[in-house]
Amino acid sequence: MGTKAMGDNPGFYVLEEEHHEPGGATLLGFWIYLMSDALIFATLFATYGVLSSAYAGGPSPREIFELPIVALNTAILLVSSITYGFAMIAMHEGKLRGTQFWLVVTGLLGAAFVGVELYEFGTLIHEGATPQTSAFLSAFFTLVATHGLHVTFGIVWLVVMLVQLNQRGLHPENQRRLTCLSMFWHFLDVVWIGVFTFVYLLGVLR
Amino acid sequence: MSDATHAPSGDHHGSRRTYLTGFLLSVVLTAVPFWLVMTGTLDNQTTAIAIVVFAVIQILVHTVCFLHVNTRAEGGWTLLAYIFTGVIVLIVISGSLWIMYHLGTNMMPMTGTDGPS
Repeated sequence: MGTKAMGDNPGFYVLEEEHHEPGGATLLGFWIYLMSDALIFATLFATYGVLSSAYAGGPSPREIFELPIVALNTAILLVSSITYGFAMIAMHEGKLRGTQFWLVVTGLLGAAFVGVELYEFGTLIHEGATPQTSAFLSAFFTLVATHGLHVTFGIVWLVVMLVQLNQRGLHPENQRRLTCLSMFWHFLDVVWIGVFTFVYLLGVLR
Repeated sequence: MSDATHAPSGDHHGSRRTYLTGFLLSVVLTAVPFWLVMTGTLDNQTTAIAIVVFAVIQILVHTVCFLHVNTRAEGGWTLLAYIFTGVIVLIVISGSLWIMYHLGTNMMPMTGTDGPS
């Protein structure tokens, strides 16, 4: 067909998109977004580092941080990382039910993480350790709540993906979206490593 | 349908083994710092250095095992962006701490006892 189409066809037309693997440039673009998000967290970490001993007469980290709660939250987020990994494996094997199951587990763990974090914030504010108390607490709430908001939006995205999977199944676009969400979710876990190490553990040691 | 045929093995997504290895490593790399701080086995200085080292290793483990950053993915551009971001993050954090610490020590003494020391 290539030879006889020479005369009467327009010179150039695209029958379909170039068939890359699902994603292509989107995945790299989303990765660049994540790197810029890392810069936001870097500035928040730097702010916290500068202000971390400006107690203004308020409580110090050792007095207010409850390490068992932080350990619980860290465990929840870590397990949610591996369950999202299982969702990705099920996706690549083309198993819709398995993908949905592991995504639901991941979403519930994410919700538990946000719940525990809100409980922790509630306890702190109840004890009088509010963001207005000192520069240290302002920086602490800004950094940790920014991470918590990211997780919250990750859960919203995850619920949207569950609806899409239910309606359309594992087509290439959904695979691309799930891969982006996977990067987002694991990225938040990496940020949390920084939070629990530099904010909580080093704060209690101080 | 086409998943089985053209799956580019190991480029963007890991195998079950990669995920499990990463998970087991990160469990250890998380549990040990918490244990060190909560029991106070070592003195504060050594503990601080140890948990920072553990954090850096764990970030690298997550990057390789969960985020699948390697030299082949996207023709190496993810790795390049990652390294570039890492450099900027280090400059922002260490630079801020360095400058603000020296500003703090060179300031006139504050009236109260609080303030950055």
